[in-house]
This record gives sequence, structure tokens and C-alpha cells, in this order.
Amino acid sequence: MSGANDPYDPKQVAALSPEALDEAVRAALGAFAAAADLEALAAVRPAHLGDRAPVLLARRELGALPPAARSDAGKRVNAARVAVTEAYEARRAELEAERDARVLAEERVDVTLPWDRTPRGARHPLTTLIDRIADIFVGMGYEVADGPELEAEWLNFDALNFGPDHPARWLSDTFFVAGGRDGDEDSGLVLRTHTSPVQARTMLEREPPIYVVAPGRVYRTDELDATHLPVFHQVEGLAVDRGLTMAHLRGTLDHLARQLFGPDARTRWRPHFFPFTEPSAEFDVWFPEHRDGPQWVEWGGCGMVNPRVLRACGVDPDTYTGFAFGMGIERALQFRSALSDMHDIAEADVRFTSVFGVEQ
Amino acid sequence: MKVPVSWLSELVDLPAGITVEELDAAFVRLGFEVEDVVRPPVTAGPLVVGRVLEIEELTGFKKPIRYCQVEVGEPEPRGIVCGARNFAVGDLVVAALPGAVLPGDFAIAARKTYDHVSDGMICSVRELGIGEDHAGILVLGQGGYVPGTPATDVLGLEDVVFDLEVTPDRGYAMSMRGIARDLAGVLGVTWRDPADLPLPDWPGAPAWEVTVADPDRCDRFSMLAVEDLDPAAPSPWPLRRRLAQCGIRSISLAVDVTNYVMLELGQPMHAFDRTTVTGPITVRRATAGERLTTLDGADRALTDDDLLITDESGPIGLAGVMGGASTEIGDATGAVLLEAAHWEPNGISRGVRRHRLPSEAGKRFERGTDPEVTVVALARAAALLAEHGGARVVGAPVDVDTRTPRESIAIDAGLPGRIAGVPYTRAEVLEVLTAIGAEVTGDGDALRVTPPSWRGDLLEPADLVEEVVRFRGFDEIPSILPTAPPGGGLTERQRRRRSIGRALAEAGYVEAPAFPFTGPAQLDALGLPADDDRRRVITVRNPLSEEAPALRTTLLPGLLAALGRNLARGLRDVALFEHGSVFPGGDGAPAPLPGADRRPDDATLAALLGAVPAQPWHVAVALTGHREPRGWWGPGRPAAWADAVQAARVVAAAAGAELTVEQAERAPWHPGRCAALLVGGQVIGYAGELHPKVCEVLGLPARTAVMELDADALPEPTVAQAPSISTFPPVLIDLALVVADDIPAADVAAALREGAGELLEHLRLFDVYTGAPVPAGSRSLAYALTLRAPDRTLTSEEATAVRDAAMAAAAAATGAQPRA
Repeated sequence: MSGANDPYDPKQVAALSPEALDEAVRAALGAFAAAADLEALAAVRPAHLGDRAPVLLARRELGALPPAARSDAGKRVNAARVAVTEAYEARRAELEAERDARVLAEERVDVTLPWDRTPRGARHPLTTLIDRIADIFVGMGYEVADGPELEAEWLNFDALNFGPDHPARWLSDTFFVAGGRDGDEDSGLVLRTHTSPVQARTMLEREPPIYVVAPGRVYRTDELDATHLPVFHQVEGLAVDRGLTMAHLRGTLDHLARQLFGPDARTRWRPHFFPFTEPSAEFDVWFPEHRDGPQWVEWGGCGMVNPRVLRACGVDPDTYTGFAFGMGIERALQFRSALSDMHDIAEADVRFTSVFGVEQ
Repeated sequence: MKVPVSWLSELVDLPAGITVEELDAAFVRLGFEVEDVVRPPVTAGPLVVGRVLEIEELTGFKKPIRYCQVEVGEPEPRGIVCGARNFAVGDLVVAALPGAVLPGDFAIAARKTYDHVSDGMICSVRELGIGEDHAGILVLGQGGYVPGTPATDVLGLEDVVFDLEVTPDRGYAMSMRGIARDLAGVLGVTWRDPADLPLPDWPGAPAWEVTVADPDRCDRFSMLAVEDLDPAAPSPWPLRRRLAQCGIRSISLAVDVTNYVMLELGQPMHAFDRTTVTGPITVRRATAGERLTTLDGADRALTDDDLLITDESGPIGLAGVMGGASTEIGDATGAVLLEAAHWEPNGISRGVRRHRLPSEAGKRFERGTDPEVTVVALARAAALLAEHGGARVVGAPVDVDTRTPRESIAIDAGLPGRIAGVPYTRAEVLEVLTAIGAEVTGDGDALRVTPPSWRGDLLEPADLVEEVVRFRGFDEIPSILPTAPPGGGLTERQRRRRSIGRALAEAGYVEAPAFPFTGPAQLDALGLPADDDRRRVITVRNPLSEEAPALRTTLLPGLLAALGRNLARGLRDVALFEHGSVFPGGDGAPAPLPGADRRPDDATLAALLGAVPAQPWHVAVALTGHREPRGWWGPGRPAAWADAVQAARVVAAAAGAELTVEQAERAPWHPGRCAALLVGGQVIGYAGELHPKVCEVLGLPARTAVMELDADALPEPTVAQAPSISTFPPVLIDLALVVADDIPAADVAAALREGAGELLEHLRLFDVYTGAPVPAGSRSLAYALTLRAPDRTLTSEEATAVRDAAMAAAAAATGAQPRA
């Protein structure tokens, strides 16, 4: 190996000749191009870019040149080295891209294969619809009030202006609960026939203004068939405040209808009778999405809280007015989700419920 | 209440050209739900009134047959064969001539039958499609119609009948009179009140001696006697036709007339055979033990709440509910005592219910009738009996009237507008109140309103407000959204119930709500011991099913029934959950029933609310088959006890609570595969595998797993405090410990945590191994520990010290030894 001060050696200098350098570059480019894969490329690299590669060896000879010749030769050597290096890098990039493309192609899978290893569950559509309705009212500032399903008869009936002889209090309509140790005494308890006792509880507990909504399960002694359930669900609403009118009641129901059934939904009222409201109405909702075309569907009852109810619950009817409304959740499912047979509600078939998912 | 339009149009000047649809809308607007619109049956072709001229009795056939000559307005009579026998020569009948088509596409043609050509058919009510009567042909009487007249008008075949639902507060609307008044009021047309009759000046003494001993239950009792009624006189066809349209069967002239007047005026009446009533009549309560055989032949035991009409022989009628058999008018009755009274509605309602005797009269009395029209109704009935049956009134009417004047209601004329949110004028308010028949006095806005006698339901200003709003129309009310004060959103408990349901659904469980009824057999099937708390049930007095007379104390029976039902329908891998109230039994005092005219006093209210038992909110799951199905990834994983326990952890996590688990024994779980679920040391539920016996009894697959816990027992979550996150590197250590089989893994983990102290960031059991070289009776538990310090990189000496401390603690607490 020649040092910087070595004497001039023609053989070594020949390595610096343009011809020799061109030949070295050509050989390197040929070898790189011939390498079929990254392994082959790696195998030929030392011969052209390693310590003993011609362009590297040529560079060492530069020191032996006279200063006048050094600059010129140095440029040549450098150019050759850059050319070989760039060729190597280009070929490597090319081969890497080829390899990556091949590997990714080989790793292709059938993405349509199912992966349902954890089965999907669902909440019952009654539950999700109740939540949805409650949320609409919470959005209006209402609170959600709860009450027991096994309820005091007084709260279910008397407080709501059902007289002692009202037919709803017959054994043929209402589930009564046995009292006493032997079950032969009056318990004063019933399975609530509507969510309205929550109204009474709320008024007995709180001072107006009151804005509450009370969803829940209710009971009547109907045999189960396609259109009747002995156990079903209602949502009750109650507002007691100064100056509330039937116009406010309509506004509230219209808002609910729009939120649930779309911007074109609205309500229509028909005079009716309920002991706990006066005036009373049944209301229909205009349901644009009905499977049989847009139409009015019966939904619930509403009215201004009867002053007798206010008095029984300790609210002064000369100061406050109130409105109340109630509607069936199963009924809403009937038209909103085209539910046709109440057996589907009672039987808990997972094929029914699963359709509704977690957050219908 | 069935309302024929033809009858209505006699009372109301209906606007010309008003359509059925417009009438329908008017009724709905008044609050009378239209349940049905009965349109007349469709007939076509020649259907005429005929007169029977000759009857030839044909013999030699299986049944007697008549061959009749019938005059039908043509030059020659027609020969018609008829199998009925309820007519005579001279009777007017309805004849369908060849070419006619009766309801049901029944085409009439001339045809040979019974050796004669029948040139048409004499029709029965049923064949005409206007009723069910098919006992004989329809006889219109002997006069009033000319043979050959088209029969459609006569039969009312162009009449529409509305079937209206009348709400329980509107007794007055159970009559043509009441419907006509409301309809005229809302249409703004004139009408004629059928009760506006001049009463004859009947001479003489009252026809009967009557005492009313219970004026609270009967404040007006009126009677009128008639004689010389022809018992054989038929009811005229128009009257029968109207009764049929209104759904009432024709019986006899006397009965038909009382029913007709009831439909017209709303006043039910009773007709006694006057010759069978003995001595003075007393209206009084029954004494316990008294009995009465009613018109239906039933011998009824009476209670002291039953109101009776009695004579010297004892009870002769159950007031307002049903007459007695002994005074029933019969085929030969010519002397009739007509009764019309006003009864207290609730007493009637109780009587109807007690004796299970619903009737058209009962429907009116329990809604309340007009006490003003008792004598009017008697006069109307007497006039009809005179006209059609030759009856004449004898003596003056009886009229025991103890009514007190109706109290007026003070109301501000502005109140209806303030309640409705519509600015009704004073004049508008007055107009409506007058239209419903009220008397209104008072200057300015301070009105005094005396409701009419037929409106027992109008007691308070609110009742009058409803009438104003109803007549003005609900459609006038604008839509204004009120501004509620800001609310607090959902409560923690409400939020939690939602979270629990969502978490279980996301974990693969399907919500399966069940009716909350149960029974001893269901509790037996769970293998509950005799003294189990869940056997202390609350019983329903009138259950839908004798097998399930109690309220549930556990969600499991309903959930397992749903599981079984799904399996029976061919499903195999089923995971269900339910959340809802249970109703544990107790010995609570009965809830009081105070008056409702004011708020109960605090003590009564407390007793009332306190008598309602606690109804905790439970959550349960049940699963069977594969929790994870087999697939192209490999075999499935069967549902197991551990899934049930994990479901409890999911529930607790959703509620923000920390759950611990202990080995337990409790029905209906497998005694070796039952976990008690604890929060803060308190057991809130159980989870695990069902006892094999329970699976067998319920027909469920072996290893069905269930969980049930009391969600209300989960504590309110505390606000989570943010941890400080160390960015120094962790030290990861694996430990394998050999412990006796009966040592719970949870205890080992707890000891390791305790021993490792604060530098332990995370601990996880990653393997459980039994078999050589682990000695029999023991198992190897392998844990991965993550150690990290908050403020420095741990040295290997520190990590080793933590590891040794954890092992030492585990050894001390559980006897765990490092695995060799």
C-alpha cells in the first residue's frame, strides 16, 4: 500500500486513469444491475464499494500524485465513487420496493372473513326508546322522576281524583296486592295502572315550579294477545308552574313529536275524559314515516291537571296551573318500528331484540 | 251509543249536504270518538212492499210450506213460496222480486220449488241485512204503506249509523237528546229538544202509594199506570227498525217503548205488571239475607248496599239494575206500572259490578241521568203505548221528588282563556255555556253558572272551562313551548342504570325483560330452601295465572324462562340480561286511604309512603351454549361460570364500583361453582354455574351460568382522582408460585399486592398450571408484575427487593412457595 510520500508508481497511477475508473464504474453498475435481489446486491457490494473496491483503492493513490495532477485525478475518482454509490443506492431502493411489493402481496388476506368472536348484544327497544324520550325532556330542562311499580292505592287512584267506586278500581282492571300475614287483609297497595302516581309523588315532595317526566312499567289485568299486554310501559310528563296553559302543553307535545318523528310531525287533539285532568284530550301524532304512508296515529292522553288533584297534592290551584300527558311506549314502537304483535314484547326472543342494537 | 243519522236529522237541522265525513269530524271534535260508521247493506233491483192476499198451505213436505199470492203494485199478484209462518193474510211484507240482489250477493230469480214457481221471495230481517232476526219474515204491519212502494226508504236502507264512544263523565250523551244538543251547538244550527213535551193534566189521585226510604240513593222516583194495553199489539216497524239500528232487540210493544224512550231521552224505565204488584211500594236498602229472583231467573243474595224496589211481598226489583221475576210483564199483561227514577250513580255502579249485570240502563244510570225528565219520559212512553197499543193512563203520576236546588258555580269569564291560552271573549264564553244548557248570571266577568239538570259532571270551574274549550275547538289552541327552569339532568342512579344496560349489551348480552310474576313452582325449581328470603313473596289477589300469583323476588325465573324459550326456538348460544325491580315480601302495615279533598297530614302521608315496600333494582344475566362461537379461527369457547362472574364485574365497572369475589354456596348455583359478589365487604349478589339439578328441572343445558345482583346496593361512585403518571422505565417481573388448591387466587394476588407495596404498578395472573412437576393438591399460579417508581429509574436491587417482599407476603398469607 502506498503512502502519501511513496515514489511515483506507474502501475498504481494507472488505477487513476480515466479508463480504469470508467471500467470500474461500468463493472459496478453491471454487477448491481445483475443482482436479482437484495441478498445478491449485498453480496456484490464489497467488490465495488468495499475497502478493496477499485474506486476506493484509486482514491488512496491520490496522495502519491504530484500536487498539480492531484486535483484533476481527485475529481475523477470522486465522480466515479459517487456514480457507484448512487447506482448502488438506486438499485437497492429498487430491489427494496420490489421486495416490499412482493411481501405485501403475499400477505394479502380475505378481509371478508368474519371475526364475530364476541356475539353482539342489544338493549330492548322499550328501554332505548324510553331513554330517548327522557333525553328530549332533559334537554328541555325537565328532570326524570321515578316511582315504585308496587304503589299505594291512594297515590294511584284517590290522589288522582278516582272516586272509591271508579271502575278502574275493580279487580277486573287492576292488580291488587294481598295484605296481612295471611294475605286476607287489604294492603292499600296496587300494581300501578299508570305512571301518573309519580305526578302525585312529585307534587307531594316538591314545590313548584315542577317539570318532570316519569317513564316506567305499568300493569292492567288484560290477557296477553296481539294488541294487549298486562305489563307495559308509559311515559308521563308533568309541569306545574304559574301561568301554564294548554298552549304550553301543545307546544311541549309538538316539540316531542318533532324530536322523535321528524320535523314534519305535529299533534292533533280530541276531547276526552280522564279523572286527573280537566280539560282532557287524547292526542294523535302526524307520523310521516308510517309504513302505510303518512298518517295520524293515536298516541296518548293529556290535559290540564285537575284542580282537585292539585289540592290533594298540596298545590294551590289558584296560584298554579299544570299540564300532564302520558303515552304508551309499546304504542310508539307499534308505529315507529312497525311492531305488529305484542307477543314479541313479552317473549324476549333474541332475534327480535337484537335487531335494535345497543342504542336504537 | 249508536246514532242513526235519520233519527238525528229529525232533532237537528243539519246543514244541507253535510257529509258523513263532516259529521264524523264534528263528533270527534265534541269528544265522541267514532268507533264505527255503519253504512247500510247494499241491495239492488226490485225490493218492494207487498201485501199478502192469499195463503195456500202446502202439505206433504218435510216441513209446512206456504204458497202466497202477494200484491206488489202490479196488475196481477205474484205467487211466492215461503217457509215462514209468522204472517197472515192482509200483512204488509217486503218482497224481493226476480232481479233483486240482497246483501251477500244473494240474487233472486223466479224458480220452481215445492211444486210451485216462486216468483220472488218474502224477506226476513237477516236476509235484508238489517238485523239478526231470522225467526220469521219481516212483517211491517197491516197499514201505512202502499204495496209496490220501494222498500229501501221503509227499511232505512239509506241510513248511516254512527257508533260513538261516550266517555264516563257524559251520561247525557247516552241519548239522542244529548247528542243532538251538542251537535247543534258545535254546528251552530237549531235543534228540537224531544224532552220539551207538554205534560197532560192527568186527573185524579197518584196511581200508587210510594215511599222512598233512601233519598240519598234515589232523589226522584216517578211512576205512571196504564190500562187496556193490547198485549198482542206489535211494535210498529219504524220503532223496531230504530231499536235494531241502536243494537237493541225487539221484545214486545211495552218493552220496546221503554227502550225507545231510553234511547231518545236517556231515561231508562222499568215496566211492572200492575196486577202482580201488591200494596204500597217502598224504595229501600236490602237487609242482609234478603233474596230476589231477577228477570233473568237468577235467585240473588242481596247485601245491605243493594237498593230495592219492594211491595208487600218483598223485593220486586233491584233498583236501576234489573227488575224482579214476580212482576215481569208477560204475554197477557194489559195493565202496566211504568217506573222512571233518578239513582245515585255510584250505587248503581256497585250493584252492576256486584251482581255482574251490565245493561243499557246500567250504563246510563252509572254515568248519571237527567233527574228532570222522569215524568216526561213516562208521559212519552204512555203516549206511544196509547198510539200503538190502545193503552190509557189511569190516575195521576207518582212523583216522589226530594231534590235540592242545584248549586251554582262561580267562575271568572276570563278563566277559560287563561287555561286554554286562547283569548276567548266574554260573549264567546257565555255562548258556549248557554249552548250546553247552563243558566248564567252575573255582571262583568264574575259569572255564576248553574249547570243544567242533565250535567251532573259539571261541579267546578275547570269543568266549565273544558266545555268552553271543547265547543270552541282544540284546534284553536296555539303551540308554545314553555321555558322550564334549568334542570339537573339525570341522577347518578338513572345514569348508572343506563350504563349497566349498555355495558352488558356491549359485552354481548341481549336484554330480555319478563313479566314480574312468579309462583311457588318456579321458586321450587330453583331449589330454594324453605327459609330462603326469596320465598317471602307479595301475593296478587287477582293474578292472571294461578301458577304465578306472586311478585318476583328474583329475576332468575323470568330470565331462565326466556332462555328456555329461545332454546326451544332452535337457538343454541344465548346470553341474556334483565334489569328491573324485585318485590321482597315483608310484614308492612297496610297503606292508609285518606280523603283526597286536601293534602294528607304529614303523619298520614308518612304512613302512606312508608307502607310502600322497597323495590330494589336487580341485574341478572343467564347464558348457555358458546360464549364465543367456533369459527375459522378455531374452536368456540363454551359459556361458563367465569362469564357470569365477569358479567358482574362489567356491571360493577359500569357503576364505578370495585367488586371482589368470594367462594360461596347458595341456591340455585352449583355449590362448588358459586361466587359471592361483594362491594365494600357487603354481599350484593351471586354468580356462577347453575346447579345441575336446577338445569335438569328447568330443561336447560348443563353448565348454564347465571348472575344476579342488587344494583341499588352498589355505592354511589366517588369522583375519580387523577393519578400521576410516571415516565420512568418499568421493571417487568414474572413470578410463579405453587399454592394449595383450596387457596383462592384472589387471596394470593391480594398478598402479592400488599407485599410489593407502592412500587407495584400492575399485577396480572397469566397462567394457572396443575400437573407434574407441581405436586398433587397444589397448583402453580404465574403472575406478571410491572414495577415502576414515580421519580427515578428502579435499580435491579430495588426490583429484587420488591419481588422478594411480594413473595414473602404471599408465603405468609397463603403458604405460596416459589415454583422450582
